Amino acid sequence: MVQPVMPKTWYRPTKPHKFCPGCGHPLILKALGEAADELGIQNQLIYGCDIGCSLLSWDFFAMDSTQTHHGRTTPVMVGMKRARPELICVGYMGDGGGYSIGSQHLVNSAIRNEKITLILANNTNYAMTGGQLAPTTLPGQKTETTPLGRDPESTGYPVMGPEMISAITGAGAYVARGTVSKYRQLKGFIKRALQNQMEGNGFSFVEALSTCPTNWGTNAKQTWNWLEDNMQAYFPTGELKSPFRKED
Amino acid sequence: MEKPVTGSKKVFMTGNESVAWAALAAEADVMFGYPITPQNEIMHYWARLGPKYGRKFLQTEDEISAGFTVCGAVIAGKKAFTATSGPGNTLMQEPFSMAEGMKLPTVTVIQQRGGPSSGTVIYSQQEVTLTTYGGNGEGHRLVYSTASNQELYDYTIKAFNVAWKYKFPTFVLGDGYQAKMREPLEIYDPAERGIELIEPTPLVGVPGQIGVDREPQHLCNIYSLEEELYEAVMHLQSEYDRISPEIVEYEISFVEDADILVVSHGVVSRSVDDAVEALRAQGIKVGSFRPITLRPFPTQALLDVLGSGVKKMLLVESSYGQLFRLVRQEIYGETVPIETLFKPGVGIIDTDIIEMIANMI
Repeated sequence: MVQPVMPKTWYRPTKPHKFCPGCGHPLILKALGEAADELGIQNQLIYGCDIGCSLLSWDFFAMDSTQTHHGRTTPVMVGMKRARPELICVGYMGDGGGYSIGSQHLVNSAIRNEKITLILANNTNYAMTGGQLAPTTLPGQKTETTPLGRDPESTGYPVMGPEMISAITGAGAYVARGTVSKYRQLKGFIKRALQNQMEGNGFSFVEALSTCPTNWGTNAKQTWNWLEDNMQAYFPTGELKSPFRKED
Repeated sequence: MEKPVTGSKKVFMTGNESVAWAALAAEADVMFGYPITPQNEIMHYWARLGPKYGRKFLQTEDEISAGFTVCGAVIAGKKAFTATSGPGNTLMQEPFSMAEGMKLPTVTVIQQRGGPSSGTVIYSQQEVTLTTYGGNGEGHRLVYSTASNQELYDYTIKAFNVAWKYKFPTFVLGDGYQAKMREPLEIYDPAERGIELIEPTPLVGVPGQIGVDREPQHLCNIYSLEEELYEAVMHLQSEYDRISPEIVEYEISFVEDADILVVSHGVVSRSVDDAVEALRAQGIKVGSFRPITLRPFPTQALLDVLGSGVKKMLLVESSYGQLFRLVRQEIYGETVPIETLFKPGVGIIDTDIIEMIANMI
């Protein structure tokens, strides 16, 4: 049987990976792996992963990697990049790590236009801890801590991360939102977010809409429909800011 | 590039200023910091002096970030440090815990202020427990308690060397008095004193092509199994136990025939020295024991002194028993009666101690 081709920068001894069936993380990590392959940066890229499901990727790549703490991947990568600017520092986190507990780091590193690349998986819940309300949970969506559905009156509206980052970053920043349902587009965004750091332009941020059938309680079809019909309707995909594109 | 300190020279400066000079002399590469009194001038001097010698500085968004950026820079193989106090020290326990778990040679200068809460911006010795045993771990840290601006200079240089030699998070525990007080001291090029600076080494981004010359580095701090964590913690513990005898430091005076032994640390030990001298002049047999390393604690040295005929101990500190608890656990089983002079967040002078001892004899 022909096996699917793995990116060269995937670490074979740790495959098959540890994510649940139907999880979106491996697709995002495949896009990152293929982008790193194409750019030939296996020996320069340092991968930092947050705590949450993202931590399962700590030994995912054949690239130097470090775990951090929940929400603290951003400052670890900032410190690393400031210390050794020749490294290509990539932080990977979930919506809880990026938009909730680590939001002060995300916001301030964006304001400072830190020359790092952050990739954030948005699956509308805290998955590792059992499916609680996340900053990205959609209005009416049921989670373990919003059993009657998210009520924006009480817990606000979903955070529009890339829109916020786009508003607070200066020239040279790259900001995009992709989705695992449009893989080639997502990979293009991640590749440009890496190139942007390599060129020293500024902060680079990609939010990736992702799936979580385990905590959504959905089958394959329902999972895909939820992503394409509900999430993509609320969170528009595309590039919000790019130094590679002439502003009109 | 020119060395920031050449030879040796006499200066008159604050403790914060001497820390900045020491970090320069120790060839620290980068400081990450967040403003909090009374440590601010460490950042101020570093931010001015550092760039002249190719060193970096970043003012982060908070102390959590300052601690984690230090971790990131250390993982990348650079000598990185921060400085903080009080509530900042509380926030930094999270990154310090990661440094413990991953054996990262971070260097932190703590200038203690009054607590709990925002307390005072002035002075205390109330960050002993937090600095030695803070975090959700076993206190695998190296903590030097300094007593003067000279020692802030000496031990800041030493902290970088010890951290990178033994790979444990290392702390210089000062206080608001030392931070803000001006004193005469000598700053020097470590090489002139025969101090060899330890070169930092990276944990990631190391030489060699992955898959050809080497395997990828995968650093972790979270484990799937109880047994995996147990093994990791026991490894830290055995390393810590192994190196502790090489690290412990203490200072003793007039202990040979002492009936009363005064135990104190940091700047309070200077008042104790004055008191002991005055009491000795009156023929009262008082001695002093001062741990310089609070972690690891110089337990055997203290037991030896107690075993030489001490009849009573007096614990003196500007906190309510933080040193006392540390000492008591280390000398468990000793029956020498202990009296205490606790003044949380308040300075202690020689007459306080003399008065106390007058009541003990």
